[in-house]
Amino acid sequence: MARLNPWRWVVLGLAALYFLVPLAASVVFTVDVPGQGVTFDAYSQIVSADGFVSSLLLSLELALATIAIVLLLMVPAMVALRLGAPRLRPVVEVICQLPLVVPPIAFVAGISTVLKWGPDHLSRTPLFETFVAIQNPDFPFVLVMAYVVMALPFVHRSLDAGLRAIDVRTLVEAARSCGASWPQALVRTVLPNLRGALLNAAFLTLALVLGEFTVAQLLGFQPFAVWIYSVGGSQAQLSVAVSVLSLLVTWALLLALAGVGGRTRTASSRG
Amino acid sequence: MTATLTGVDVAPPVASAKRRRRAPGWLAVVPLLVFTAIAFGIPALAMLNGAFSVKDQATGASSYSTENLTASLHGAYLTALVGSVKLSAVSAGLGALLGLPLAQVVVTSRFRALREAVLTASGVLANFGGVPLAFAFVATLGNAGVLTVHLGLKDTGWDLYSFWGLVIVYLYFLIPLMVLTITPALEGLRSQWREAAQNNGATAVQYWRHIALPVLLPSLLGGLVLLFGSAFAAYATAAAMVGSSVPLVTLQIADAISGNVLVGQENVALALSLDMVLVAGLVMAVYLPLQRRSARWLA
Repeated sequence: MARLNPWRWVVLGLAALYFLVPLAASVVFTVDVPGQGVTFDAYSQIVSADGFVSSLLLSLELALATIAIVLLLMVPAMVALRLGAPRLRPVVEVICQLPLVVPPIAFVAGISTVLKWGPDHLSRTPLFETFVAIQNPDFPFVLVMAYVVMALPFVHRSLDAGLRAIDVRTLVEAARSCGASWPQALVRTVLPNLRGALLNAAFLTLALVLGEFTVAQLLGFQPFAVWIYSVGGSQAQLSVAVSVLSLLVTWALLLALAGVGGRTRTASSRG
Repeated sequence: MTATLTGVDVAPPVASAKRRRRAPGWLAVVPLLVFTAIAFGIPALAMLNGAFSVKDQATGASSYSTENLTASLHGAYLTALVGSVKLSAVSAGLGALLGLPLAQVVVTSRFRALREAVLTASGVLANFGGVPLAFAFVATLGNAGVLTVHLGLKDTGWDLYSFWGLVIVYLYFLIPLMVLTITPALEGLRSQWREAAQNNGATAVQYWRHIALPVLLPSLLGGLVLLFGSAFAAYATAAAMVGSSVPLVTLQIADAISGNVLVGQENVALALSLDMVLVAGLVMAVYLPLQRRSARWLA
């Protein structure tokens, strides 16, 4: 079936060229500084650069909080929908797909409108304290709320695929008839069987939060992606060096995910 | 035990006493619903409300009208909207056109390792947009970029910070996205179909025209629509690269959120957002049925 004709090599060669050249050129750009020759200063400066550590830590904290909340919300709900309450299933499905219809920029326009209500209308009510608290620049919880919403479609898809592959009802009934309590049945039988799906969901959420720029920038916070952007204006070499590194880290994460999750594919009928 | 299981299966969902004893299922769903109502519902309603309300400059009283929506479809805003649609359409078209042969080569390759590598890389690259991508291209093809300097592109009038520059950058995540979307469909093309066509005397062109393409068409169109939506919603890449030298609706909204608007037009950003939601909703409304249709052949 597969013939080795020049056409295949032309296509593959062009694709490789297009996808590898920008990466190679970025590395060259950071290492070969005009007037200084080859130097690795851009990379050694990264750690000591102003704001690098704090923005990276903020991004990681946001990612952990988002992963924890989205899984805590989604796992019990999805398992419960498998066990009963079938009438709610389409509702949850639609709700989890809705964020796909609202682009992040439109979402943040809505969020910033709501946040403006705080000073405008609520300054005398106890709610105002909440508004201030969720916008604390040290840990802007409002970003976590936004990211949880943005992660819903991916997490739903991943968990749905995981739950489809196992027979939740039988597992739970078996655990229950062996004397396990409800939490035990969930934690000790269902969750271990969902390990792949949970990891998948967590990795995707991590990648989403680490790379997220739109919402954070427009609400005026400075996690990692916004920091790279703000450095870009003044220190070109440094910003490209961080970009290259962040790409490598993201790819390592996603490759790890591909390795752990394993790509499920239909068996090819091709001989 | 079996009897209990089937009993639960057929029992009416709500009324069964058994169900009430085993912790009602909907209770576990409530936190999710409450959270989305707060974190997603309120901003969405605020956007909707804001898009339709106009504040009177003199009295400060606000009233409902479609003024903002009208404004969002005129002048610079219309230019931005059209610019976004044009950019997304061109890059989605090119992405589909270039992604298809790549996917075809990969799927029919006999080197398993190559297939796995390209598909994994596609999964990674499709998720890689944003600021790092923009900076990688600035370092490559920007004004002081490595290729620009070494190949003397400046003299040829090359400018990364333009419409076509953005198309080139967007393709970096759109082509892999196309490869990912179309691969299952290409894998669904049975080699028996080609053999049967050949046995009946069909040429390669006839095979593609009458057999492969009709099977692939829903997936192709679905991929095209998905690419369009992805390019349409992209903001970070464009913001980090072009600033505002290319009119795009996402850049306009960002500008307006940051407060750079005429007095009395604060809500135009929300109207523009609503325009975007409508376009994105249209995209999903086209994509989902196509996806369902293409799934029929891949069973």
